[in-house]
Amino acid sequence: MIRSVEELVAEHPLLRGLPVDAAPLVAGCARLKRFEPGQLLLKEGEDADTFYLVRRGTVRIEVGTPGRSPLVIETVGAGKVVGWSWLLPPLQWQFDARAAGPVATIAVDTGCLRAKAETDPAFGYELLKRLSSMLLDRLQATRFRLLDLYAPPGTGDHGSR
Amino acid sequence: MVLAEPSLSTPSRHPLTPAPHVVVGRRRETADVVTLSLEPCEDADQFLPGSFAPGQFNMLSAFGIGEAAISISNGPGEGPLQHTVRDVGPVTHALCETEPGGLVGVRGPFGNSWGVDTGPGANAPSVDVVVVAGGIGLAPLRGAIEHLLGGSSLGGGRVFILVGARSPDQVVFVGDIERWRHAGAYVEVSVDVATASWDGRVGVVTSLLEDAPFDPSKAVALVCGPEVMMRFSVRALLERGLSAERVRLSLERNMQCGIGSCGHCQLGPWLLCRDGPIVTWASGSAILLGERDR
Repeated sequence: MIRSVEELVAEHPLLRGLPVDAAPLVAGCARLKRFEPGQLLLKEGEDADTFYLVRRGTVRIEVGTPGRSPLVIETVGAGKVVGWSWLLPPLQWQFDARAAGPVATIAVDTGCLRAKAETDPAFGYELLKRLSSMLLDRLQATRFRLLDLYAPPGTGDHGSR
Repeated sequence: MVLAEPSLSTPSRHPLTPAPHVVVGRRRETADVVTLSLEPCEDADQFLPGSFAPGQFNMLSAFGIGEAAISISNGPGEGPLQHTVRDVGPVTHALCETEPGGLVGVRGPFGNSWGVDTGPGANAPSVDVVVVAGGIGLAPLRGAIEHLLGGSSLGGGRVFILVGARSPDQVVFVGDIERWRHAGAYVEVSVDVATASWDGRVGVVTSLLEDAPFDPSKAVALVCGPEVMMRFSVRALLERGLSAERVRLSLERNMQCGIGSCGHCQLGPWLLCRDGPIVTWASGSAILLGERDR
């Protein structure tokens, strides 16, 4: 069964439970897009014109270093969002995002979605709340990792398990 | 009973007298973590290999240097007694450096257990067990995992093993993790930092809880790792719908005597060497959250 972009958009955790008239607004800016393993979804420094709702597969958020293997900052799986820098200026990607394997996404045109959010503030506010919730999760996870919890304890044998 | 309450088992010899054990195996897990396999010396009043339960700990002594509390990292009846030790101080350094044939002292077993050692119930309901481990916190859980995967005590439930580590080279028991996966467990490993050669997850261990397909209404969680990591993990488990009574964590304080006499391991009303190290979040949350400075 072939399912419409609107149906798939409505099922994604970012948008699940939105008022029924909201899914068509997003779907009007969206298309389905697949990526092969190793293919870039986002490239650092490029215009943030499309972000992705991941449907299947895993995406690596990376920092590239010329001549070296990229550092993987985080992996993002199904139900998550890849790409936040489209929300605020300078509207450029800050990191690379690469498919770790076959990845199925809903690609959303950011200019189109921003325009609809500006035109329909209720929709825009609801969208921003949901994006903020995911951003908060990401921020808290980042703080957690900043603690470097698994690092060796200071000194002494306590903490050796 | 599928999973008993954390239980107590007492040592068979005088609890303050170390029994000399010989190191019969030494395996390096990471740059600073070693697993020692120990067998009692022939003339020792023996520590019985089957007389402990997963989750308990022993006091290991490096003769002439000191003692440290180290969890038992295998299950009862699984060959020589095993302890996985991180080199963080003089005693643990000496233990980690002990070559096969060397001697260490063993007192124990002390403390309570994860409660997975009581065998299958005849009418065991299905239960999922969610194991959340951070870093070397996987060591006290290893025996419990082996027991759960080797028996029918889940009544048709499944084992979920979620492991967090600093980097791929800091993941302990790599071979076991693969074996557990092949044995039917749901296994995910996440690291804080990785290069592209790592094909696992990158992120906090709590993110693994979002995707693990366990049934929170019938799941029990066993959590061990740095205390802050456990707090975050508990929060995520509760958000998934587990009740506080079904979340168990292994705490670590300054264990010394092992029998609740010296008081060094006091945490609120507990002497953790005796009343712990395993507590439920229902019983421990007020103490763990209240212990912090305001």
